[in-house]
Amino acid sequence: MFVVLLVLIVILGSVVFHMVSPWWWSEIASNWVGMDDTIILTFWITGAVFVAIGLFMAYCIWKFRYQKDKRAEYEPENSKLEWTLTILTTIGVIALLAPGLIVWNNFVTVPKGAYEIEVVGQQWGWMYRLPGKDGVLGTTSIKNIDDDNPFGLNTDDPYSLDDVLVDADDLHILVDRPLKLNLRALDVLHDFYVPQFRAKMDMVPGTITYYWFTPIKTGEYEILCAEYCGTGHYAMLGYVYVDEQKEYDEWVNEQMTFEEVLASNGKSDLIKIALNKKNDL
Amino acid sequence: METKKDSIIDQLTQKPWDPAQVKIDNSHEGRTFNLHVGKLGLRYLMIVSTIMFCLFIVTYGDRMVYDDWVKMPEPFLLWINTFVLVISSIIFVRIQIASKKNQFKKAKRDLILVGFLALIFLIGQFLVWQNMVDKGYYVYGSPANAYFYLFTALHGLHLLGGLVYWVMTIRKVWNINNIIIRKAKHTIELCSIYWHFLLAVWIVLFGLMLFT
Amino acid sequence: MAADSYEDVVKNKETIPALEVAPQDLYHAKSFWTKYIFCQDAKVIGIQYGLTAVAIGLVGLVSSWLMRMQIAFPGLIPMDAAQYYQLVTMHGMIMVVYLLTALFLGGFGNFLIPLMVGARDMVFPYVNMVSFWVFFLAVIILAASYFVPGGPTGAGWTLYPPQAITSGTPGGDGLGIVLMLVSLAVFVIGFTMGGLNYVITVLQARTRGMTLMRLPLTVWGIFTATVLALFAFPALFVAGIMMTLDNMLGTSFFMPAIIQFGEKLTHEGGSPILFQHLFWFFGHPEVYIVALPAFGIVSDLISVHARKNIFGYRMMVWAIVIIGGLSFIVWAHHMYVAGMNPWFGFFFATTTLIIAVPTAIKVYNWVLTLWRGNIKLTLPMLFSIAFIITFVNGGLTGLFLGNVAVDVPLSDTYFVVAHFHMVMGIAPVLVILGSVYHWFPLITGRFLNERLGRIHFWVTFIGSYSIYFPMHYLGFMGVTRRYFEVFEGEAFTYSITGINQFITIAALITGAVQFLFIYNIIVSSKFGKKAGKNPWKACSLEWRTKDVPPTHGNFDKELPVVYRWAYDYSVPGADEDYITQDTPPSAVANARAEQT
Repeated sequence: MFVVLLVLIVILGSVVFHMVSPWWWSEIASNWVGMDDTIILTFWITGAVFVAIGLFMAYCIWKFRYQKDKRAEYEPENSKLEWTLTILTTIGVIALLAPGLIVWNNFVTVPKGAYEIEVVGQQWGWMYRLPGKDGVLGTTSIKNIDDDNPFGLNTDDPYSLDDVLVDADDLHILVDRPLKLNLRALDVLHDFYVPQFRAKMDMVPGTITYYWFTPIKTGEYEILCAEYCGTGHYAMLGYVYVDEQKEYDEWVNEQMTFEEVLASNGKSDLIKIALNKKNDL
Repeated sequence: METKKDSIIDQLTQKPWDPAQVKIDNSHEGRTFNLHVGKLGLRYLMIVSTIMFCLFIVTYGDRMVYDDWVKMPEPFLLWINTFVLVISSIIFVRIQIASKKNQFKKAKRDLILVGFLALIFLIGQFLVWQNMVDKGYYVYGSPANAYFYLFTALHGLHLLGGLVYWVMTIRKVWNINNIIIRKAKHTIELCSIYWHFLLAVWIVLFGLMLFT
Repeated sequence: MAADSYEDVVKNKETIPALEVAPQDLYHAKSFWTKYIFCQDAKVIGIQYGLTAVAIGLVGLVSSWLMRMQIAFPGLIPMDAAQYYQLVTMHGMIMVVYLLTALFLGGFGNFLIPLMVGARDMVFPYVNMVSFWVFFLAVIILAASYFVPGGPTGAGWTLYPPQAITSGTPGGDGLGIVLMLVSLAVFVIGFTMGGLNYVITVLQARTRGMTLMRLPLTVWGIFTATVLALFAFPALFVAGIMMTLDNMLGTSFFMPAIIQFGEKLTHEGGSPILFQHLFWFFGHPEVYIVALPAFGIVSDLISVHARKNIFGYRMMVWAIVIIGGLSFIVWAHHMYVAGMNPWFGFFFATTTLIIAVPTAIKVYNWVLTLWRGNIKLTLPMLFSIAFIITFVNGGLTGLFLGNVAVDVPLSDTYFVVAHFHMVMGIAPVLVILGSVYHWFPLITGRFLNERLGRIHFWVTFIGSYSIYFPMHYLGFMGVTRRYFEVFEGEAFTYSITGINQFITIAALITGAVQFLFIYNIIVSSKFGKKAGKNPWKACSLEWRTKDVPPTHGNFDKELPVVYRWAYDYSVPGADEDYITQDTPPSAVANARAEQT
């Protein structure tokens, strides 16, 4: 009968572990409280099912243990019971799914006022691009990438010259402003993930993916790459600083625009072409 | 053998413990389909192969929409090869009729012919490849080229597999005697079904490449 | 079949062949080679599959030990990141494909299907033999990749391009990935041959009286899993071929234009996400290819050892079929955050959570089979109980990950690792272990040692639960998976060093006790207690063979005739608490089922 004890210990032990575990998520720093809430809801429902099934099973094992002169009941099926359980389960599943889908709908619908930043992943580091004064990110192509143009911006795109290029692993963003991250990878899959923001999305070479969130707390947050990207995957780290407007502006002003990058590399001819294009517009 | 088969739904809703059902079940023969296992086996393989080609076609459709897709010319030789395949399918119909009528001499002659045609087809496909390579349509050029080589290669491999079975058929038909006469007929039937299948696959693939 | 008029041609001969050819001409083994090596007996082939799978599985087990050592005690076993990722990859691939799939379908399928449906052998014994040797070749190719320059691939078992075939990944620019893909393609070919046998034997070679609904659930599970494999494996094959071409010939099926380490590759326009769709169109059914046989087998174990018919047999069959069908429309739940069209999320979250319903029904019915049973706590029963707990746990965490919004924070963390190890690692393995204890008397005629078995059970269950249950909590914290150095991230609320060391020690112990199990098998097969016929008093046909262990041909001169379903346990009025499937009604006149 140790097995009954074992089942009880495993069931109750799991519950106790859950309650005392110091390993739990860090305080959320974005608007995705809905995700945490859905997890908690899922915990309650699934936890109740887990405990109920476990305790019922422990009871059965103890109560109906083998006795030589006893016979088991002969009951091939019980449609009523089975359908009741099916319907109850369906209700439980709907209760889980509905809030999940609502949160997901929010997650994939970027609000109108969101500003954009591009995150570029490559083996094994991060780069960022801000839209600059015109508020629009210039278009890019992998083919354009070279030492002078690490982001592969199209020089004939009028929106590209004022883009701010950040060739570093760290990024600053504004607190309390919805932010849409445009995600781009140059070589293999990556994933821009900050645990406190909860959100993540793979970056896929050949296409641009996105997600959005609103940081709600200033501070310094570590970036982890969450999609396996080769030998250096574990070292693909960086920092996001959530700033107030003033600190953010200071940081932006320290960065170089695409125009400045080209100028510093002595590519004034390219700038000229780009400016002409811009005037044509 | 049961005269009337229950539908699959009926079968799956039976209560096997129910005394009335037990009586019915006790007279069950055990088989699900009134089919020879060989035929069923061939169907199984054709389903697997069809799924494989369907998946290729799905990826083809997915890949086609990208702008690096450059259409490939269809050399005239491909039409000839297709014709060869059609002919061998027709001959197989003849073989089957002959074997039904037990005219095995005829069947033997036609079987050789079919094998010969299969070889011609394979050589023809190979010539098409050479032709394409000469014209500079390499496999790594456009994805359309890659799919062309992929499809033709896979279809060719299927035909090679068919030729292995063809050899087995030949062996049975040549050593025909009273005992295995049924088996020989059966093998001929399977072989011809497979050839028709390969023709169908080829027409779908060829049509796909032709019209896109 | 229509009568043939061949007499006209073969005039001289007057003997008329039988209308039906004898159902099976068995090729009886004559020499050592045909008896044990190139054998056409499904039971021997099953054992060959089993031994090969376990042999390569031990490589997977040792890989996991080394990985865990690196995670908990870095530096103790010297390795670099490349080697670590190679271990991760080979561990995953070996365990999922070469161990679990091969063992359940190739091993249990071959051994049990002909016996349970009352056939002499598989319908195509020769193809069956070839199937094993092709599988063996696949394993050899896989093992060969350890010995090529650059070593085996370290692309992760999902083999996502572009990284799988580029130089930033171990084995990506060498032979490692090529051998992996070739081995998988060979595996698929071999498996198709085997699957052909399993499906058609179940459909066409059942003995008299064996209707579909009289089949034991084990057969239903293996049969449905094989049908899934028939649809799913071509996707892996297709993806593998196209990736091989991308790698070897420079095509661009999956490879977009990329620039790696400052160098522009020649590919252009391919779609990495297309590979993921193909991979998971195979990969998700693959989960059920492993799970469904386990569902089926565990149903039978519970029923036999609780001396009670499986509760709701029909629901169990429907659930297996429905789960199998649904498993083809849920694949993209592995890709919620993979960058596919986000609107797919709604569809796949819904289908995924729907699958929870039939799965839950199965769990209820297992537990309800215990209710008012007469439960013998034998080793197979203990493992079944452990399976239910583990599976419920792993299944419920699946509700987290399947629910698309919850998956966003949890995907690619240790929560995922814990979930799938619980649900498709530990749970099916517990069933395998339980069923070895159950069918060992049939395979060898002897019992496994009970005392060693108990130790094995306690350590395995408690050990594996303590590995994976706490691991979920690392996932909540945001600890990303596939990190060579698991570092103390700044987002982590509590140090993860201690818990990682705990998990590693549990893993070492749990792994080590499996060697005790292997020792038990070796010793007991020679010196174990003699079991005799039908030691568990089971109803199904595999125990009704002429000899124990059954010889080639399985049954006596005549095949058994089936008169009842596989679950006539504790029938009221019957003399014993079980009535085997081949007991005619006249022999049990008192039993309730025969009264009307």
